Amino acid sequence: MKYVVKKLSAMLLVIIIVSFLAFLAFSVISGDPALSKLGTQATPERLEALREEMGLNRPLLVRYGDWATHFLQGDMGESYDYNMPVKEMIGDKLPITISLTLMSFVIMTVLAIPLGIYTAKHENGLIDRIIYILNQVIMAIPPFFSGILITWIFGLVLKLFTPGGFVSYKEDVGGFFWYLLFPAIAIALPKCAMTVKLLRAAILDEVKAGYVRTAYSKGNNTNKVLYYHVLKNAMIPVVTFLGMALADILAGSIVIEQVFNIPGIGRILLTSISNRDYPVVQAIIVLIAVWVIVINFVVDMIYKVIDPRID
Amino acid sequence: MKKEMMKKLLLAVVLSTLTIALSGCTGDKSGEENSSNSGAAAAETASASSITIGIPQDLEDSLDPHKAVAAGTKEVLFNVFEGLVKPDSDGNLNPAVASDYAISEDGKTYTFTLREGVKFHDGSTVTAADVKYSIERCADTSSGTPLVPAFSNITEVAVVGDDTIEIKLAEPSTDFLTYLTTAIIPEANQTPETTPIGTGPYKYVSRSPQEKIVMERFDEYWGEKANIKDVIFKVVANADTIVMELEGGGIDMFARVTPAQANQLSDKFNVEEGTMNLVQAVYLNHETECFKDARVRQALCYGLDRQLVLDFVSEGKGTIIGSSMFPAFGKYYMEELAGLYTKDVEKAKQLLTEAGYPDGITFTMHVPSNYQQHIDTAQVVAEQWKEIGVTANIELIEWDSWLGDVYTNRNYEATVVGVDAATMTAYAMLERFQSTSDSNFINYNNPEYDKAFTNAVSTVDDAKQTEYYKQCEEILAEDAANVYIQDIVELVAINKKYAGYEFYPLYVQDISKLYIVE
Repeated sequence: MKYVVKKLSAMLLVIIIVSFLAFLAFSVISGDPALSKLGTQATPERLEALREEMGLNRPLLVRYGDWATHFLQGDMGESYDYNMPVKEMIGDKLPITISLTLMSFVIMTVLAIPLGIYTAKHENGLIDRIIYILNQVIMAIPPFFSGILITWIFGLVLKLFTPGGFVSYKEDVGGFFWYLLFPAIAIALPKCAMTVKLLRAAILDEVKAGYVRTAYSKGNNTNKVLYYHVLKNAMIPVVTFLGMALADILAGSIVIEQVFNIPGIGRILLTSISNRDYPVVQAIIVLIAVWVIVINFVVDMIYKVIDPRID
Repeated sequence: MKKEMMKKLLLAVVLSTLTIALSGCTGDKSGEENSSNSGAAAAETASASSITIGIPQDLEDSLDPHKAVAAGTKEVLFNVFEGLVKPDSDGNLNPAVASDYAISEDGKTYTFTLREGVKFHDGSTVTAADVKYSIERCADTSSGTPLVPAFSNITEVAVVGDDTIEIKLAEPSTDFLTYLTTAIIPEANQTPETTPIGTGPYKYVSRSPQEKIVMERFDEYWGEKANIKDVIFKVVANADTIVMELEGGGIDMFARVTPAQANQLSDKFNVEEGTMNLVQAVYLNHETECFKDARVRQALCYGLDRQLVLDFVSEGKGTIIGSSMFPAFGKYYMEELAGLYTKDVEKAKQLLTEAGYPDGITFTMHVPSNYQQHIDTAQVVAEQWKEIGVTANIELIEWDSWLGDVYTNRNYEATVVGVDAATMTAYAMLERFQSTSDSNFINYNNPEYDKAFTNAVSTVDDAKQTEYYKQCEEILAEDAANVYIQDIVELVAINKKYAGYEFYPLYVQDISKLYIVE
């Protein structure tokens, strides 16, 4: 209980700091939402009137306080650009980005963990060597580029999907997941390569430990030693990495959404930043912060399961 | 026990992730079927009355036609809203919501007869009260300048009869009619920002931010009805994916592709060629010390081979221009000014020396980072200027910062951008160079120009007025107010299934004229 309270208060503090920094950042850089709305037709009077209407003339701390109070009451405000509630705007797009993130995560773990174990088990074998080289190559390719390659190969040459033919989950769930599969692969590949490398190294490291010899001397065969003893110990750094990767994948999906023209959170975030649509930016930043914090929390929990000595 | 629980939990997680993965797999089949289905169906029924048009940015400023300011927003809303009059593809104004109009002899009273039975998209009939409301809304001065600045000239909007409305002006104005393209909207609509209702050939159906805007043919339209029933404007924010989306069938049409993109397109597409109707130039801030001297500005003009810019940026396509006016303006456009400065390195160097800069000058060009054609142009220009000893450093800035720092606060030295006309009037193009204008972002201050411009505005006789406006253009060119470059080529990629695209002298996309080729 004490632990949860401690974690929750830390989480709240982080969110306050992050959201305030975001507020501060926007007051430092140039540009202003009223001007963005008026464009080249801005005259000093119209600009002033709109700024007043939008409440931009109040001091920074007042604006922040106002935003924070509303936010805590569950009111994320209204988008400057779209005149619609931020909640509605994000609520519509969140399932897209979350699906994309989870899909890449699943692809990553489903591929990487067996491969990591296999390559460790068959160290220096032919397949290990091939995978080693592949890993190096894949790690060097950034997701946006592999995204373009994937679009070209699977979309234009093999015609497995229509580039830009994104369908909303509201219209066709199957088509939605099928379309997301390709960007998910693009995001997962480099992460997958890193996980394989890490897991292989961790296992090979553990194999040298004393307890492995003991396990063998008890009459266990290689598989049993590997899965019951070594893997558990080798998983600790991998879980850490997976946690970081899950946070990172969210950032990766923001980029990949541009390549595959997916109207998710990333697109909304980028445009609302360039249009200085503060309420939207703030809401998304807080969501991302919560996401990262929750993942860290879960990773901590998993540590405890894997290794009860950790507290 | 606890461990058991955890194990079960983990198993549950693994299973559920597998289910997701599997559903991805089943999705694959239905997805395939879908794509092949839609491929076949596209040719027959579904797309027989639908088109998906790619747009580079969402309509972010407003769906309220009176508050929309971005050219990219207005060109889409053109299909939804109409004014008392409406421009056609030749730039002429035709009666729209009004069926007829009369201008009094003194040029101060405009009388409009409303067309009978014009319907709003919600089914209600347009009344004189709606027209009065729409015009007064744009003339309202409570927030400083009115939404349509020219409406500050209005003294009264009077409903004379059920179908007649009179607009009285303080000063006679010859080009006032062009401003009556201002959208007529229903007075009863409380939420014009989120539920736009107009009288145009298409009605707004729905939108999804950063994804698409859906429109449908308005079957009760008073005029010639649109051919295609369903129109989707789809946001393609990433320019690198435009060709792929076109080829893959994600979009059927995209206005303003680059020549490079046009070359990549297969023969499934037609590329229509027109001009963007804007004045691309290196705009100079006249408050900058070195640009106060006309000789320096002229030197910059002499240091530039414009054809080379066109060759590099758009494979030689585009129209070289020499002043703040483009060819679509017809009688106002002066072709001869395009050849005023031909590249002459010696002369440019000499002018710089005379102005007191024998070692050349250095300044920064701020270029909005979202316009590739302006960035490309800036690079070719800067490279050429090196020959005359001028160093122009290019700095890319976000569009929003450009609006703030460059356009509004005028805190810059030079910028490359395209300036278009809000209405088809010489006034709209040339007003900004008056020393007192709010939109004079180059801080141009030339009494001779101010005089010529004032003469033009106060003249009622059309021929004389045209003369004065031409004089303004000449002054801008000879004084080298800016380094004028070109009216950029506009390439419209459109799937061969469709035809009927028409270029306008304004920044609009008229979808109602498009039709399906059988």
